[in-house]
Amino acid sequence: MARKSSATRQAVVTISAWTVGLVIFFPILWIIVLSFKSEGDAIGTPLAVLTSAWTLDSYVEVQERSNYLRHFWNSVVLSLGSTLIALAIAIPAAWAMAFAPGRRTKDLLMWMLSTKMMPAVGVLVPMYLLFRDFGLLDTRVGLVGVLTLINLPIVIWMLYTYFKEIPGEILEAARMDGAGLRAEILYILTPMAVPGIASTLLLNVILAWNEAFWTLQLTTSKAAPLTQFIASYSSPEGLFYAKLSAASTMAIAPILILGWFSQKQLVRGLTFGAVK
Amino acid sequence: MATKHSRMAARLMVSPAVILLFLWMIVPLGMTLYFSLLRYNLLMPGMESWAGLDNYRYFIGQSAFWQALGNTLALVGGVLAITVLGGIALALLLDQPFKGQGVVRVLVIAPFFVMPTVSALVWKNMLMNPVNGIFAHIAKALGLQPFDFLAHAPLASIIVIVAWSWLPFATLILLTALQSLDREQMEAAEMDGANWLNRFLYLTLPHLTRSITVVVLIQTIFLLSVFAEILVTTNGGPGTASTNLPYLVYAQSLLNFDVGGGSAGGIVAVILANIVAVFLMRMIGKNLET
Repeated sequence: MARKSSATRQAVVTISAWTVGLVIFFPILWIIVLSFKSEGDAIGTPLAVLTSAWTLDSYVEVQERSNYLRHFWNSVVLSLGSTLIALAIAIPAAWAMAFAPGRRTKDLLMWMLSTKMMPAVGVLVPMYLLFRDFGLLDTRVGLVGVLTLINLPIVIWMLYTYFKEIPGEILEAARMDGAGLRAEILYILTPMAVPGIASTLLLNVILAWNEAFWTLQLTTSKAAPLTQFIASYSSPEGLFYAKLSAASTMAIAPILILGWFSQKQLVRGLTFGAVK
Repeated sequence: MATKHSRMAARLMVSPAVILLFLWMIVPLGMTLYFSLLRYNLLMPGMESWAGLDNYRYFIGQSAFWQALGNTLALVGGVLAITVLGGIALALLLDQPFKGQGVVRVLVIAPFFVMPTVSALVWKNMLMNPVNGIFAHIAKALGLQPFDFLAHAPLASIIVIVAWSWLPFATLILLTALQSLDREQMEAAEMDGANWLNRFLYLTLPHLTRSITVVVLIQTIFLLSVFAEILVTTNGGPGTASTNLPYLVYAQSLLNFDVGGGSAGGIVAVILANIVAVFLMRMIGKNLET
């Protein structure tokens, strides 16, 4: 703003913004703190917690007791696997809709979005029975399939809005110069489409990583990702605050970091291109 | 110009996605519809028989259904109210220039990336626990009686937990929208003597309408199916005090093994979601046609 804001106003804004930010972030900050404490110290008053000794014991114990790494690996496989498959299906579709739109392309896109409106519980029973009958319960293959399908509409929409922004004149120019379809895709469109594809990938990995309906319903242990692993702490025995904190910190850290990098894409992706 | 050849290619490229999504919509939903008309219990395999609309009568007839319906609406409405109002306030605040803007923005956005089971368990144990939670410690320090949030106000507590997860989303979108507001127009209004409230009501708010619509639409889609937060905090209880429709369907079909009743519930949930969706799509349609 061109107007000179007074120093008091500046101070008020700074203090209130920082206060609000810290209050909102506090639960996350607190589990990070508790994860470095012993179980006995973790249940003390906040002041006692802060002044007690720091330790890495909880992290060691979480790994030993519940095999954290296996669940972490499951999360990686599920989120990355479902995202890559969704991209493989969505890229050609979004491409065709963006560069060779027909009369019904808009309707098709709206219909795809509407499949997202179907609540998951509406198909919980048949999905559970199908999984049971095909031996897919608690397998990564089955879950990758479901995660691919639930995120496919978002992936197509995101890619579509990105591809839409690639100017069509470039293609025409290339065609005039005699570029074939292969050259067109390889040398012109791919380099221009890569950033959009990358942000779609990022956002979708985040969504799949945090998905907590199907992962809870269809896995128990073998294929269980971190969402299910953390849920197993809901009926714990004995003292568990420090261990729960350590497990939680490890479960959210990778995605928190990815997420901070993807703020801009997040807005655009989750609003289906309506807000940029 | 698209040739006949390239039209064919385009169709070929779109079809895998369309076929998959179509199957994903039609097959399980068709099965749910079919099961909902059967007397079908997982504990008695091979005893399936035609039930007509009995399952629907039973599902809608139980008092838990009406409570779950009310809870679902309260959850969606409550979280929407908190996140939209809070999101506008936060976006206005974070849009001001101040020291450490980038850092605060990152702090505010963080909860969105926390998986639902983690946020629910952290709130349940570290914050709301009546013995060891932070709120209890604060209450004791002030000489007050600690309050058992999840036992005495389960639905309100869950609303707070879910709102915490979604506030960043609303804030981020509204903030993005605010940043595209025409600054010169703002300054002109200020020079003309429009006070802060009038500038907000007649410039900022109309500018944000579209983004608010989008926030409401997208959050509603996700909020109608809140599940993990309820599963790990209250299990829908005490009684059915914090049971929403998804949780009721889950309890009916996978805890009571009543496939028929659960499927009827699933169909009811789909119908309700569609009613909401029609309203929302109409609203969105109006707002996005610009």
